Amino acid sequence: MITVVNPGPLSLIQDLGRPHQSHLGVPRSGAADRYALTLANRLVGNREDAAGIETVLGGLQVSTDTATWVAVTGAPTEIWVNDIPTASHTVIHLAAADRLTVRTPPAGLRTYLVVRGGLDVEPVLGSRSTDTLSRIGPPALVKGQRIGVKESDRPVSGVEFAPSLPPRTRLQVSPGPRRDWFTDSAWQALLASTWTVTSDSDRVALRLNGPSLERRITDELPSEGLLRGAIQVPASGQPIVFGPDHPVTGGYPVIAVLTERACDHAAQARPGDRLTFTTSPQLHHRGH
Amino acid sequence: MSNNEVLNSEMAGTGGGTGRRLLPYGDQGVLVECADLQDTQRLLAALTHSVPPEVSELVPGARTVLLILDRPLGPASAKTVLTASADPERRTDHASVTIPVHYDGDDLDDAAGILGLSPDQLVAAHIGQLWTVAFCGFAPGFGYLLGDGALPEVPRRSSPRTRVPAGTVGLAGPFSGVYPREGPGGWQLIGRTDLVLWDTDREPPALLSPGTRVQFVDAEKGPSDAGEAAAEPRPGPR
Repeated sequence: MITVVNPGPLSLIQDLGRPHQSHLGVPRSGAADRYALTLANRLVGNREDAAGIETVLGGLQVSTDTATWVAVTGAPTEIWVNDIPTASHTVIHLAAADRLTVRTPPAGLRTYLVVRGGLDVEPVLGSRSTDTLSRIGPPALVKGQRIGVKESDRPVSGVEFAPSLPPRTRLQVSPGPRRDWFTDSAWQALLASTWTVTSDSDRVALRLNGPSLERRITDELPSEGLLRGAIQVPASGQPIVFGPDHPVTGGYPVIAVLTERACDHAAQARPGDRLTFTTSPQLHHRGH
Repeated sequence: MSNNEVLNSEMAGTGGGTGRRLLPYGDQGVLVECADLQDTQRLLAALTHSVPPEVSELVPGARTVLLILDRPLGPASAKTVLTASADPERRTDHASVTIPVHYDGDDLDDAAGILGLSPDQLVAAHIGQLWTVAFCGFAPGFGYLLGDGALPEVPRRSSPRTRVPAGTVGLAGPFSGVYPREGPGGWQLIGRTDLVLWDTDREPPALLSPGTRVQFVDAEKGPSDAGEAAAEPRPGPR
């Protein structure tokens, strides 16, 4: 088992979410940065969808009962084992009673801690993820909480150091289903402007501040399906970018949609960060 | 072929007279816009029987069905979703639920007034028709219910309430619905039920899913007054 010595500002258990429940009004949820969670799982020999801890802005501190392997990915940051500094994005061995601390990342928002075997909490609707909007799944971690860890007989990766996603503030989009509900100048403003991430951003959505995006069609939109990465423009004209805990349907037009990889980048945007959007393909440091 | 290429291909661009359109939704989905609410139900009924192999999940909306994709939608499947149609009334796989309602909602008088009805007439109209879940959304287990009777549309409240209790029964536009849990809401509230609509410890957790038939009955009246609908929901194929 592991013990949460300190959960930091916010630590949640996340796996790859609960697909196939949208028709019941339940979104997928799961890790905001899926690249990071799946990488950490591969490093310690877990299935890619094993549950780990998603923590915001560092501060997480855990201890282990027994010797094990862990990996920390996502926003690159300093990791301490007891009083010895080490690094994220590699496999870390912990001896029994060792204490691991995730320091505040210099840039980026979310860091993932994965333990070999994966965290063993009761799944809800097939997933161990916390959905903050639907209030499904385990509650946020608290100080002193003990969490079970599953057995694993798969080999730990021999990788010394795995690449993190390069930080990116220019996010790739394609036109969304309701692009034609907006004026051409609104579309150009979306692509040409610099958008500031506001402080009321969370796992449901990034809320952006910038020029108001003007509608060409001002009808009320009957509720329609949403996906992670959908950029919706509510009545205020200020776009919001949906994250993993998005509502299943929404009643405002979606002007553009992030690529799946851009969603992982967006998950690392902090309040105050400035983002731009582009329709140009981006090179990725990854095979798929 | 990318999703956008399918959308731009001549073959898939239009619904061949069905009034449907395929709209782009990034690299994870495609939105099928239907002619109207009824056409959406016909498409859903058809896709429930046979879903294209690229599609991992269907997210029905009022006038649309969002297809969540495992891989880009091919031309043959694009054609299928633009043309497939089945009679939703002939679906035999749907569940039936009877919902007893205490018709004492805060907006009952206002909503009736907007419709030019007395509160009793509004309640009678709500009970006197069979409702079907068109789609779910807003919150887990919240079904947007369409009636088969002639209840005129009621606008949403001009200012939403910040707190609507679980079990509250409301009206908005062409829909009726029951709040599965406490939350904000802008619907006209006409009553409440003691039935639990959403419980993750129950299998299935949601009482309502697309296609479920719903009969509202007056909880204040005995089973005899509530009518046969309470004891025996109408059978599926009608």
